[in-house]
Parts: sequence; C-alpha cells; structure tokens
Amino acid sequence: MRAFTYEKAASPAEAATAAARNAEAKFVAGGTNLLDLMKLQIETPTHLIDVNGLGLDTIEATPEGGLRIGAMVRNTALAADARVRRDYAVLSRALLAGASGQLRNRATTAGNLLQRTRCPYFYDTAQPCNKRQPGSGCSALGGFSRQLGVVGTSDSCIATHPSDMAVAMRVLDATVETVKPDASTRSIPLAGLHRLPGSTPHLETALEPGELITAVTLPKPAGGRHIYRKVRDRASYAFALISVAAVIQRDGRGKVALGGVAPKPWRVEAAEAELPRGAKAAAKAMFAGARPTDENAFKLPLVERTLAAVLAEARG
Amino acid sequence: MKFDKPATDNPIDRLQVVGQPRDRIDGARKVTGTARYAYEHHDVAANQAYGYVVGAGIAKGRIASIKLDAARKAPGVLAIVTAKEAGKLNKGKRNTARLLAGPEIEHYHQAVALVVAESFEQARAAASLVEIAYAPTKGTFDLKKVKDSGKKPEGDDPSLDDTNVGDFPGAFESAQVKLDQSYTTPDESHAMMEPHATLAAWEGERLTLWTSNQMVAWGVADMAATLGISKDNIRIMSPFIGGGFGGKLFLRSDVLLAALGARAAKRPVKVALQRPLMINNTTHRPATIQRIRIGATREGKITAIGHESWSGDLPGGGPEVAVQQTRLLYAGANRMTAMRLVELDLPEGNAMRAPGEAPGLMALEIAMDEMAEKLSLDPIAFRMLNDTQVDPEKPERPFSMRQLGECFRVGAERFGWSRRQARPGTMRDGHGLIGFGVAAAFRNNIVMKSGARVSLDSQGIVTVETDMTDIGTGSYTIIGQTAAEMLGVDLYKVVVRLGDSAFPVSAGSGGQWGGNSATAGVYAACVKLREAVAQKLGINSGEAVFEGGDVKAGNRSLPLASAAASGPLTAEDTIEYGDLDETHQQSTFGAHFVEVSVDTATAETRIRRMLAVCAAGRILNPKTARSQVIGAMTMGAGAALMEELAVDKRRGFFVNHDLAGYEVPVHADIPHQDVIFLDETDPMSSPMKAKGVGELGICGVGAAIANAIYNATGVRVRDYPITLDKLIRHMPDAA
Repeated sequence: MRAFTYEKAASPAEAATAAARNAEAKFVAGGTNLLDLMKLQIETPTHLIDVNGLGLDTIEATPEGGLRIGAMVRNTALAADARVRRDYAVLSRALLAGASGQLRNRATTAGNLLQRTRCPYFYDTAQPCNKRQPGSGCSALGGFSRQLGVVGTSDSCIATHPSDMAVAMRVLDATVETVKPDASTRSIPLAGLHRLPGSTPHLETALEPGELITAVTLPKPAGGRHIYRKVRDRASYAFALISVAAVIQRDGRGKVALGGVAPKPWRVEAAEAELPRGAKAAAKAMFAGARPTDENAFKLPLVERTLAAVLAEARG
Repeated sequence: MKFDKPATDNPIDRLQVVGQPRDRIDGARKVTGTARYAYEHHDVAANQAYGYVVGAGIAKGRIASIKLDAARKAPGVLAIVTAKEAGKLNKGKRNTARLLAGPEIEHYHQAVALVVAESFEQARAAASLVEIAYAPTKGTFDLKKVKDSGKKPEGDDPSLDDTNVGDFPGAFESAQVKLDQSYTTPDESHAMMEPHATLAAWEGERLTLWTSNQMVAWGVADMAATLGISKDNIRIMSPFIGGGFGGKLFLRSDVLLAALGARAAKRPVKVALQRPLMINNTTHRPATIQRIRIGATREGKITAIGHESWSGDLPGGGPEVAVQQTRLLYAGANRMTAMRLVELDLPEGNAMRAPGEAPGLMALEIAMDEMAEKLSLDPIAFRMLNDTQVDPEKPERPFSMRQLGECFRVGAERFGWSRRQARPGTMRDGHGLIGFGVAAAFRNNIVMKSGARVSLDSQGIVTVETDMTDIGTGSYTIIGQTAAEMLGVDLYKVVVRLGDSAFPVSAGSGGQWGGNSATAGVYAACVKLREAVAQKLGINSGEAVFEGGDVKAGNRSLPLASAAASGPLTAEDTIEYGDLDETHQQSTFGAHFVEVSVDTATAETRIRRMLAVCAAGRILNPKTARSQVIGAMTMGAGAALMEELAVDKRRGFFVNHDLAGYEVPVHADIPHQDVIFLDETDPMSSPMKAKGVGELGICGVGAAIANAIYNATGVRVRDYPITLDKLIRHMPDAA
C-alpha cells in the first residue's frame, strides 16, 4: 500500500471537484474491494476521498413509480428493503447471493457497480495484465481461464465483471445518476456504464474523471416472476461461474441478463425475443460472437441449461 | 519406558477421565482471544519490528540484479535481508528448496528478500520498492506431459520401493473380470486459517522463536542446521497453532527470515507470510496420476491388484506415496505397487493431511466401486469378500486389530444403505439427482518416541510439560486427561504446557501419530511420578491406588498433595517402542457413507449427509476426536468437489493463490455429519491402547462422494475435483 492523503467530502459535487483536482485520487465508500487492492498494490491512489458522510443512503419512490437508490445504500439494506423485495425481487436475490453478510453490511450500491474484476492474473502484480498495466499483455489468455469471460472479451482481456447486483439491475433497466466536477448531473443507462475491453481494458466505465455516482434508479415495477440463479463450485461465498437474472411474464416474454460470462452484466435485448421459444435459441443469440477458451467453454451449455431451468421455474 | 509387549491392565483402563467427552481445557482461552498465536506475542520482547517477505516473480532462473536503494530510503525501514546480506546459509534436512533464494530461483514466490520496518505498513510499502530483474530459464510444470520421464524415487525408505508379490501380470491377464483405469488428483493447499508466522529475538548468540510449528524439535534441528549454529542456542515456542494440516511440519521461510531480519535490525522481528505467498512459498500436496488394475473371479474374489502412481517435485524432493494403502487394504495373492517421480519446477510438494492415503484412496476406492459394478456386486459386499485379517503381502503378519467389516455393517444400518438404488440416475428429489456412495477409510497407525515431564506441587496441582503441539486437535485436553487419570485427580487440577523446545521432546503432531504417542509419553512419565509419590509416602507403589486426589494402599489413604509437602516432585520419561508394529500391522479403519444431490440443470453437486464409522483404537476423548473426524470429512469434501491449485503450465505457478481463488468448503457445503466410533482397544499400539484418528476421517471421503455422484448421475468422473464442468456435457437433458 502506498501512503495516501485522505479527506472527507462535504457534498457530492465537492467530492467530484476534489477528485478532478488529482488524477491519482479515488473515492472510497465501503472499501471492501478498494482497500484489498491497495494492500496488494494493484490500486495505488495517492489520495482518498471518503464519500461515506454524504448521505446518499436512502431509498425513495420516484415520481414515475420506480425507486431511487442512493449510492451509499449498503447491500444489506437494499436487499432487505420491503419495496425491493416485493417489486424487484431479482435484485434482492442477486444481492443475497453475493459475498458474505459482513461484506454486504459494508458494501455500497455504487461501489458494487464499480468493483473490479477477480481475474487471478489481475491480482498478481508479477504477472502481465493489460487491465492493471496497459500494454503488458494478458496472462489469462492461454493461462488459467476457467472463471473468465466467454463473450464481449477481446484479445487484450478476458476478465469478467464480478457483481451479482449489477446483473439484476441490468435486467431491471436501471439507470445510474452522477454528478460531475462542474456540479452538472447526468443519467447513464446501466447498459452504458461499463465498457467492453477492446484494446483498452484499463478503461472500465463511461464515467469521466471525478464523476461520482449518486444514485441508481429503477423504473416502475414490471411485474413477472423474478429469478436469480447463481451457479458456483461451492454453495456460498464464491463468485459466479455463471448467473442468470430473469424477469419472466406469464406469457413467456421476459428479460434476461447474465453474470460471470462477460466484462459487464451481459444482456442482449434482441435475444429476448427468443425466450418464448425456449432457452436454446435465446442462449444462442446471447452468445453470438462468443469466444470461449478450452477451460471455460462449459459456460455456454451451462447457461443454456440454467436458463432452461429458470424458464421452467417461471412457468411453474 | 519401553513398550515392547502388548499392554495389560493399567490405570488408564479405569476411564474415569480418559475416554470421556470432556470440553477442551484450552477452549475458554481460544474463545476469549487469550490463547496467543505466533503473531500475537506483542509483549514477550520489547521493541518489535515488522518484516515483509518479497517472493520471486518467476518460477525458475536467476536474479539478474536487485536494487535496494529506494526501499532502504523508504520511511521506517530498518533493514533489508537478501541472500547476499544473509551470507552462508545451509539447508535443513527436511527442506527441498532453499528458504531464502538468490541468485538462483527454484520456484515461484520463493523468498528473495525481507524488508524490516518500524510498522507492518511501512515494511509492506517499502517491499514494493525492491527492484528485481530476473533472467528466467525454462522450467517443467506439466506432470501429465512429462509423466513418462518419471524415475523410481531414491532413498532408503522401504515405503518408496516397488512391490511385487506372486505373479501380478499373469494373474491380471487371466482374470475373469478386469478393470484398468487411470485417475488423477490435483495439487492441493493446506489453506489453514493462521498463516506461517514467527517472532524472532536474539540475545547474544541465543535465538528465541515464537512460531507456529507442528514439530518443535524438527524446527530446532533444521533451524540450527540452516544457520550453522548450535541447537542449544535455539528455543522454539509454539503453544497454539491455527491449523497446520502438514503445512507446518517443517521449518519455513517465516522462521528463517524473522531470525535473519532480527539479526540485521538488531531488534525482535515478526514475520507472517502474506496470504498470496502461502500457496507458492510453502509446501503443498502434490498432484498424482494413478493407474489401478484389479482382476477378480466372477464371484468377486480379487486375484490381482496393481497400483501405480506418478507425481512430481523439485529436484531432491519425494513422491506422494499414493499406493501405500493398496499394499494392505484388500486381499489378493498377486499384487504390485510402484511410484514414479518426475522433476517439476513447481513449489515443493510435501505432506498434507494423510499424505499417501488421502489421494491414494480417492483413486483406489473409485476403482473398487467400478469393479463392484462390473461384478454386479454391492460395493460393500465386494469389499467384504476381499477383507483380510493379515498383511496381504506377508500373511504371517496379522493386523493388530481390524474391524473394517464391522464399520461397514454398522454404517450401512445407520445410513440406510439398503435404500440405495444400484442402477445410477434413478433416485430423484425435486431438481436433484440423488446418489449414495461408500468407501473404505484406511490410515496406518504410526508410533513415535515421545517424552514428557510431570510434576506435583504441594497444592496437588499436576503440571505436564512436553514439546508436543496442539494444532487444534485437542492435545492439551487428552494430555490433561491422561495425567488426571494416572494420578487420580480431577482434570482441573492438571496444568498442561506444550510446544516449548525447553520441554522434553515429544512425537509432535503429524501423520495422526501425535495423540496416541504423546499421551503414551505422558503415561510413562506419570508411572515414574507415581513411583516417586509412593516412595515419598512410604507406600508400596505396586499396591498404590491413585483416586479422588488420594493415594490408597490397603487401609491407608493419604492426600496426593502431601507427597509434595516438602517440595515439588518431578518425573520425566520417554515412551519408546519395540517391534510390535513390525510383528503386527497397525492400522486404523473406517467406512464413509455419503448422500449427494446433483442439480439436473447445472450439475452442481451438494452433499446432503455424511457418515463416518471409525475403528481406531481407544478414543481418548470422543468430543475432540469427533471434531477431528468431521473436520477431516470436510477437507475430504473439499478435495472431492472444489479444491485444486490451478497450475499455469507456461509460467510455472499456482495461479489461485488466495482464499478467494482456492475454494475450500464453507458451512453451506456441509449440511449434516455423523460420526460413530466403534468400541475398540488395541493393546499393541501403546499403554493408552489408542491409535491415530485425526487423518482417518479424510481417507476415502473423496471417493465416497465420487461414487455417490456416479450413483446419482451415471457419469463417472476420474479426475478430481469433480466440478460441474466435468459432468455437464454428460448429464441427461434437463428440460
């Protein structure tokens, strides 16, 4: 860990301004990911801006009938919220499938969206990694890739986004609200928040320097059956090999997003038209252009089978 | 005391304290945080500084250059130790690779430097400023690829020899029913909670080490050898150990680097191996490729059994002795075993809980399940047809006690084995395919010389001192129970002090020999103390009965404490063994039963219940023994379902080197465990009539799970761990 300076921000806009002043600054919220990465010297900010005191920790109804979730709402609180459990159950289920009780007590909504990959080569500073050290190469390609991405990846990076929560938010058509250093605000559809790696895997989001997430909004409830199915080697406290977040209506139409397969929550809206025809066609469409490795090719049939089970559950 | 004749009646047989399910005497200290672990001895030496280890970033090659200037100038830095600074260092007898490398690098994350600073954070920050340029050379990392270059392991140890009895090739060739299959087990990590950690302090030439080590005397000897100093100048204290599983049998880099750092900084220095270093810097259970051939008559009598195993290690290392149980477990006139060792440049392999039998049975007990199916026999019936009461290689040599059949009988009844469907894939519950699996458990009972000192004071307090360790096993408690039983006092009257090299040398904790051997050593010392007490009280020691805090003979009864009225009485002795373990094969036995559910869609396997029935001599404390066995079953579940060090075969290291990447079971993976101990006393093993049990629990579990998965799905996976990717392509259509 490098030595760093620390400040407590007074307001979201001031936090953004402070961050823009120093290219090596980082926001710290729950710290469940950032502090680990700092100890391993994967993240080396010279300045931390603590956003824990900014409020941003309430869940409110929006005029459109949806919910506005403050950036600092802890995962535990979000999962337990009665409105979320009733109207957005896929989100509660995804949250509770992730991490551990202790981590969820600390981890925040915005921090969860911005957590970094768990690719083991990203975590070992002696190994080349284009995400950690641009231009150094990707060790995972041709290496131990069983956990890694099969679609949306590139020759530079096959890392996945590890979040469960984000997958559910993606299927719920969530939008991210931000504030910029100049105090202006904007909304980014979650679909547009995370970038695909291309040749610049170190650039992970559409956020501009200093831009701070202040909330995530959910549109008004869409009804349907809400299912989150996380598949993993052990029964708890493990990242997904794959996960399926689904909201399925009575007539078989629905929305599906996948976790554990791509550098971002993976949703292909065009594929959803296939859902009434079953999992095979939908999975095939979602995996158009997929480039699995020998070690992770199992994720394709695994998604298809899991999606079939999810659709059966939704019917049942 | 020489133990060279079968034990007869002795005070332990009273079982007033021994054999009772007593709570751990160190339990309160554990749960209140007052049991100090190696890194927590904050007040034993003033002015402690902190070391941070730099591990090599390549698997093989040389350090081309190393620049320390920036690190030296970093805030708080007191000293930096590299091989160059350290000067001449030897290698301990039990180490394969050097604990401080340079300029040659033998494996990934081999220690190349220690940075010592005022605070841990300063040491860590400065360590990142150490600039090392490497000149890598090509290494060998792929066991499968180089398997055929394997050589017969060198050394005098007869357990490494090829064995041949009768005519295996002929008998196998002509057998009516045959199986010839290969199985693989991966590299595994001990992954214990407490990392290797040491506080080192020098006083002139004398070195004191507070560390976490299972074998205190080995540590002293190898440290003395490494530094080239006298053993008399080294004191090791290892009173509490937060898990070892074989990973702390040996001197490791934390000890050496703490000592070198303390010498360089002229201050006490503490070092804990960082979690990412634990996996590649220390030892691991080596991967194996195993070939098993079994030939039998149509009725199911084994006529030929052969087991070969290939494993790798660094030059000078040894093999995983995965064939050893196959020499003893089942009858059969014609038999062979062989091990071949290849040189690999991965970190060094060594013992992990039940080395040999744990991976060996993972293969053998699938093979037995496969063979039973070929013979259309129930897997238990097939095993019982080939049970033996004598060493199959030397029929004149009986087992001291072998209740394998009874383990299966009792287990089958308790588990409801008769409900198993022989045809795979036919039991279902909701979205799960249900399967039952069984396997034999087998682990040899090793007896080791072990010493102890016991003293009595005027308050009637009995104090036991031995360098025996408690690695979470319950040593404190069973040693206390032994002394309490021998001297006829309540357990709370016994103080047990362990893990200090100033105490008599014990068996230490490893190979499941610790419990029986160390308590036998305490027994021996107590016999001497009883004699001293009797003499002091003027009682004929042959007549003396120690009970209720008194010593009685005829109609006389005197308080035990009165023997120490004029000063403490102390006795010391060592148990040593004759040839009973040569005339009789001493082993422990068990049967594992497992029920699994395999998800029809995802092929995720979840264990629904587990049962182990163990026959392992006298159980000294059913509560701590049960804890040992369920822990071992949990570790076996990890081996079957998830544990694997992922080898990067290009870069030569274990990639998943933390507890997020190397998955071990969590609570949700282990729903219900049941353990039954058969009532057994083995007079050939020791005066305690006990045997090892701590490793028996892991032996065979993996295969029982594998067999249950087969029974559930009809998919036979022979490569551990049995993860869903190996099943999914073969699973029936889910929809």
